[in-house]
Amino acid sequence: MNYDNIKELLTAKFGEQIQYDLQHDLLNITLPAEMNLKVIQFLYDDEVLRFRFLTDITAVHLPERAGEELNVVYHLHSLENNIRLRLKVYVPIEKPDVFTLTSLYPGANWMERETYDFFGVNFVGHPNLKRILNADEMDYFPLRKEYTLEDPQRTDKDDEMFGR
Amino acid sequence: MTEEITQAPHHIQLSEESLVKQTTTLNLGPTHPATHGIFQNILEIDGERVLSSKQELGYIHRAFEKIAERRSYYQVTPLTDRLNYCSAPINNIGWHLTVEKLIGIKTPKRVDYLRVIIMELARIADHLVCNSVIGVDTGALTGFTYVFQLREKIYDIWEEVCGSRLTTNIGRFGGFERNFSQTAWDRLDALLKEFPKAIKEFEDLLVRNRIFMDRCQGAGPLTAEMALNYSVTGPNLRAAGIDYDVRVAQPYSSYEDFTFNIPIGTTGDVYDRFMVRQGEIWESLSIIQQAMDKLKDLDPSVYHADIPGYYLPEKQEVYTKMEALIYHFKIVMGEIDIPKGEVYHAIEGGNGEVGYYVISDGGRSPYRVHFRRPCFIYYQVFPEIIKNGLLSDAVVTLSSLNVIAGELDA
Repeated sequence: MNYDNIKELLTAKFGEQIQYDLQHDLLNITLPAEMNLKVIQFLYDDEVLRFRFLTDITAVHLPERAGEELNVVYHLHSLENNIRLRLKVYVPIEKPDVFTLTSLYPGANWMERETYDFFGVNFVGHPNLKRILNADEMDYFPLRKEYTLEDPQRTDKDDEMFGR
Repeated sequence: MTEEITQAPHHIQLSEESLVKQTTTLNLGPTHPATHGIFQNILEIDGERVLSSKQELGYIHRAFEKIAERRSYYQVTPLTDRLNYCSAPINNIGWHLTVEKLIGIKTPKRVDYLRVIIMELARIADHLVCNSVIGVDTGALTGFTYVFQLREKIYDIWEEVCGSRLTTNIGRFGGFERNFSQTAWDRLDALLKEFPKAIKEFEDLLVRNRIFMDRCQGAGPLTAEMALNYSVTGPNLRAAGIDYDVRVAQPYSSYEDFTFNIPIGTTGDVYDRFMVRQGEIWESLSIIQQAMDKLKDLDPSVYHADIPGYYLPEKQEVYTKMEALIYHFKIVMGEIDIPKGEVYHAIEGGNGEVGYYVISDGGRSPYRVHFRRPCFIYYQVFPEIIKNGLLSDAVVTLSSLNVIAGELDA
């Protein structure tokens, strides 16, 4: 079992909507947002692939990509085949809806809550989508790029010398 | 949740309010001796039995992922110290390995083995604390005080290698900041001589102790299926009978050169978790011994990879050579550019798979860093495994899961 087999199986099942690229020996699979649960369910159910271990869920904010600012990233692991996969879906920041994975992996519960807490990704169907690390009364999503770490009013520190 | 008991036996004189069956809400935490860290469990108990529980966390959330986005890569290492502070060197070295993967650095074998020694010492320190705390929570404080003397010996070695003890910030990209001194080797030799006897003594106190066994066996059982569903990793997963260890599944830092066993359990209860950690301590000692033997054949002057531009040059070269001065300045100012890329690197931490997901856009600081913290993920399973058990079982189960608040909250 290797990445070529996985690509073949996915292409046979879902056609050309899925894109692949290899980053540091890990296969990145980019999907349309509404297909995330379908594809992951397939990877989970397939008797050979058996991606039954969810390593991680997180998100990335990409403000310059208009219409797909939020990137939700899943890391899956097939323990039997010892293969990891990274799945990515892009959603617009105005309507950041993706389906929850809690029905497949109960452990996705807190990972999705954390992603919601920091990025505001709305996991449709999540049983308890509340903030987890930040205070409940917070009304913004702090890991989005518009919230800079440095006080934006300061002029004595310029980005050329001190980075982002 | 109240239920009327309609009639009391007539010979017992009970007050009116005691006839109403009530459940009690009990807070374990945020600061409570049973949590060993700052997080909260709100338990709904009926007498001694736990009916349900709710977890609150985030009390020491420090926004590391956000802070890391404005720091140069070197400056992220001290943040990783503060995740699982019981085994900080594993996190440090894991971060270095991640960035090395991003840059494409191949480290010399000697560096790999030195790292293995430091990481296995950290694993021992982590497991010793966790296991002795299980002892404390079952009423045996003696083992705990013994074990802290042992942990002190490990801290002495780290102190000699990197200068600090708890939050170590050990090593650099490509290797270590300096070679191990003779004192460090002497302390390591002494440790390898002394530890087997001392750990045996600790085990003699607890392993076949009737009170300890009765308190631990059958408490907080975690089945293999549930562990996988909840993405549990590390000793807690292995205690449930799944032999997944990142050191073997995807070896890093030349772990493939070593021979060691992965201890696993069967029932996944507190006792199994204790035994798995105890077994791993013995394996770690064996790995350290193997690494020491392998190091004898290697050039003892090598302690970092040859990567000018990423590794600080020798001080005397900074004073005499132009390039060295430039590199020194750039590295100290954090002005080194890391190649563009996206990388996930996993290592076997004290509690399970510690993962670093880094996106670099080619600048001086990461575009995005995400820490996969094993504690945060497996703590979800805690309410499931204490349900319908005794309150005292819940307390030992909590300490046997080894939930570290720093790692929980990042």
